[in-house]
Order: sequence, then C-alpha cells, then structure tokens
Amino acid sequence: MSATAQTRRTYRAPGQLGGRPRGRGGPRPARLALAFLLPALLILAAFVFWPVISALRLSFTDSSGFGAEHFVGLANYVEIFTTPRILRTLGVTTMYAAMFTPLTIAAALALALLLNRRTLWGRGFFRTAFFLPFIISMAVAAFAWEFLLDPQIGLLNYWLQSIGIHLGNVLQDPNLALPTVVLVAVWKSFGFYMVIFIAGLQDIPGELYEAATIDGANAWQRFTNVTLPQLSTTLAFVAIFALIAAFQAFDQIYVLTGGGPYRSTQTVVMEIYQEGFKKLDIGLASALSYVLLVITLVLSLIQFRFFNRREEAIAG
Amino acid sequence: MSAVTVRSAARTSARPVVGRALAFLIALALAFAVLLPVLIIAVTAFKPPAEINAFPPGLVPTSWTLGNFTRIFTDLPFARLLGNSFLFAGGVTACALVFDSLAAYALARLDFRGRGLLLVVIVSSLMIPFQATLIPVYQLVAHLGWVNTFQGMIAPRAADAFGIFLLRQFFVSLPRDLDNAARIDGASEFRVFWSIVLPNVKPALLTLGIFTFVNNWNDLLWPLIFTTDPEMGTITSGLTLLTGPSGILPYGTMMAGSLIAVLPLGLLFLALQGRFIESVATTGLKG
Repeated sequence: MSATAQTRRTYRAPGQLGGRPRGRGGPRPARLALAFLLPALLILAAFVFWPVISALRLSFTDSSGFGAEHFVGLANYVEIFTTPRILRTLGVTTMYAAMFTPLTIAAALALALLLNRRTLWGRGFFRTAFFLPFIISMAVAAFAWEFLLDPQIGLLNYWLQSIGIHLGNVLQDPNLALPTVVLVAVWKSFGFYMVIFIAGLQDIPGELYEAATIDGANAWQRFTNVTLPQLSTTLAFVAIFALIAAFQAFDQIYVLTGGGPYRSTQTVVMEIYQEGFKKLDIGLASALSYVLLVITLVLSLIQFRFFNRREEAIAG
Repeated sequence: MSAVTVRSAARTSARPVVGRALAFLIALALAFAVLLPVLIIAVTAFKPPAEINAFPPGLVPTSWTLGNFTRIFTDLPFARLLGNSFLFAGGVTACALVFDSLAAYALARLDFRGRGLLLVVIVSSLMIPFQATLIPVYQLVAHLGWVNTFQGMIAPRAADAFGIFLLRQFFVSLPRDLDNAARIDGASEFRVFWSIVLPNVKPALLTLGIFTFVNNWNDLLWPLIFTTDPEMGTITSGLTLLTGPSGILPYGTMMAGSLIAVLPLGLLFLALQGRFIESVATTGLKG
C-alpha cells in the first residue's frame, strides 16, 4: 500500500504537476469526485432515497411484512381519511402543533428578550440554565415531569394543591393529557429556539432603537415597532421549524401515555409505530407515513422560501 | 432647585439599579422553574424509596443513599446499555463526520458534471423526516440480517444530507489559493482534503459532531425499532422499560438512571458552554 504510493509519487509526470485539467469535467475529475462522494451516496441511496420510493409502493399494498402482498390501490389512504379512529390522530397532532408552536415561541422570545439585556446580572449563567433542558432526552424529561405531576407524591402537584389548584391525575385525564405532553416538549425545546432568537435580536441595528427612543417610543412600542418587524423572518422560520417538530411528536408520548387515555394523545408517529411495528399493518402505516411526508414537505417548502428571502435580504 | 436636582439625579441612578434587580429576580425565578425537573432528577436519585414515596413530598433529602444506583444496575443491563449508547452515538458521529466531509468536499471544491443537480437532490432530501421512512429502512436492515447489531443501528445514519450541506457551506467559503498551492507542490487530492482543508473547518466539524452525538444519544424511536433484544438497547430506550401503565413507578431507579443518562452530555455542555450553544444556533439556522 505504502509502496504503491511511493512509486506513484516517484513516477508522476512533470506535466501533471500543478497542471491538473480544470473546468471541463474530463473523466479524471469525475472519477475523483465519485471516490469522495461514494460512501455518502451509497448510504443516502440505501437508507433515504430507496425507502422513500419503497414506502410509496407499500402504501398501495396490504403488506403485513410476511407472505404475499396485494395491490390495493388507494384503499389505505381511503381508510385513513374515512376511519374516525385514524383520522383523529391527524386531529390530535394538529392540536398538539397548535399548542406547542405558539407556547414555545412565546417562551423562547420572552427569555431571549430578557437575556438580550446587556445589563442583566449573571447573563451567562441564565443562558446556560435556560438552554440545559435541550440537551436532556425527551424520555428523561418525561420521567422528571411524570414524577413532578404524580397525583399522590408529585411535588408540583402538591405545591399546586396548596394554592388551590387540583389537577388530579393529568396523564389519565382525556382533557389534560395532551396539554401535559405538550408542556414537556415546550420545556425541553424552548432553549433551542431562544438561542436562535438571541442571534436574531443581536442582528437588529442599535440605531433603530435609539431613533425610536428619540421619537418618544416606550418599551412596548419599541418592541412592536422595531423588534417584531426586524425579527419577522426569524419568527416565520422558527414557527415552521417548530411546526415540523410538532408533527413528529413521539418520545414523551410513548413514555407518558402510550397514546392514551382513550387515544387522546395518539399522534401520527405513534400511530405509524403501532400500525407498522406492533399490528404489522405495513400498508396502512406506509400510507400514514406518506401523509406525514407530504405535510412536512409543504412546511419545508414554505420554510425554504423564507430562508431564501432572508439570504437575499442579507446579500442585498 | 438644588433639592429637585438631587432627587432627579437619585432617580436616574436608582432606576436602572431597580430595573436591573427586578430583571435579575425575574430571571432567577424563571431559572428555578426551568431547572426544577433537572433538580428533581438529581435529588431523587439519592433519596431512599421511603422518602420518595412519603407525603407531603419535599425537595431536599433528609437522608442520602446510593441504593438507587446499585438497583439500576441489577434491574437493567445498565452497564451494557451505557456502552451501547457510546458505541451507537459515537459510531454514528464518527462515520457521519468522515463520510459527510468527503462528500461535502467534492460538492464544494471539485468540478464535475452534474454537481449542481446532485446538490439539489441532497438538499431536497432534508425535507424527508426519518419517521416517514422507518418501515422500509427497518425492512432493509432486517433483510441484511442486521437487526440487534451495531452496524444495523449505525449504517442508516452513517451519512446525512444535513451534515453534507452544512460542511459544504463551510468548504465553499475557504479561499481556493489554499489548496491550489498544495496541488502545485504535488499533493494528492485526498492529501489536500485531509491536511489542508479539514484543519481549516475544525469548528464546523465540532458543530456537526456535537449535533449528531446529542441527537443520537437522546433518540428513542430509532433504538426502540432497531433492537428487539434488551441487551442491545441504548440507555434512552432501556430506561423506558422501567415505566409502565400500572402501579407505583420505581422513581428512585428511574431518576438514578436518568442522571447517568444525562451526565455525559451535561459534562460536555458545561465544558463547552458557549461553543455548544453556538453550534446549536448554527445548525438550527442552517437546518
């Protein structure tokens, strides 16, 4: 191996030194590029591109993972949109997203504004503290909240009771289970969005605030007339990012409720998991996967538009 | 006249201090609320079961024990799970760093036909959530006989479009003169990549490394599906075996296990702090 490298170095034609053909894309550069690209392309082809096609094919079959499978046309898609039990998972996921997105943005933006105050004592400590939940797995976060909210021995439940709020067993309550799993997700992820907001806030030119102050604007007016418009692209970007994340909710639901009570927390990914890996209705699970794919695709395309617009704004 | 001046001077100097103190107190209260779940994990892990199940509940333990930690190692194959987590998250991170940077280098700094199109195809695949392709990916891994193996867990994530895209952006921004000089000296393309270009993007590699390691260490759905043998699970998927719908939960062991699960990332985070948070901001904005 080292011997060939040695010979190659020795016999290199003088004309080749520094004179590698560029631009036109002759056979040598292409082969060289392929060598660099090959491992990644093989993996993406096998585990991303082929599965996308394969999932589409499976969604038109009654596959169970074993034995013969038959082409069933759109039957799986029809089943998703006509069976209330399955259709409801889309409703639950939408409700989840409708709670998660605004709550996360509000918490992230409020804390970003607080941390953006240059005069705040212990800014570094608070930034670390607020970001900490983001590095904790959703499963562990779920454990901590499960204990805090335990109906008998939960500390938070006890504190709330002492000020007259009786939550009861939130995870067994069909009305409170979904807000609870949303709360865990908001707690875990707001720090991530907060950091992005801080970066956005620091890009706002200070002169804008000075000008607004000279014009007699108070803090709230400065927020609505300077901060929010200047932050609008970041806001849109973050909102779609959070929506995409919300539509993939699974981990804390699996740990805390398993989709219950009465399927009130059964999200799309929970349903894909149960249909595809427990009940082995591969066809239906694949069709539901495609519904999730299309939702994500639409949101991503909107996000790309915002992203390009922001890049243009920065460039121009 | 002078009294007015004094009062206004006092007000202007007192006001910022009052404002600062108020902001600090608000931040402190919020930090307590945010850190309460972390605190409860750290404290409960050292509490004896009798105290955990006592009413009214308290935050500070009156007696300390390591019993929960010994119990987690007998209730679960915990040392094994911990090792699996390091192998899985570390393996994915190492592979992804190598394969992503190789591909990103070709896309950023080599000229070949179809480069633009290939980049578009790779970037488009960013829009595909892994949850949507789980079933065919599982079928492929099963077909290869790789269920309950490390290669089965690592291979599907050994390269990813996001990492390629992120590193490409960094490679593109490096000046061309840097590697042309090396090429004139007769260095091979791989040498240019390895000893000239890569050392210049260390921050980007660290960013991608942190991002990949954290995501895989914390992931639940993936190890849940790709391992059926409890011995092959990760710490994250293994811990979920402790909880169930019935009866009193073993909170002591759950919290001891959680504390160990959080510790490696927590230490990494505290050691890197600013860099860690910056990494997330970069990956967040680019993703």
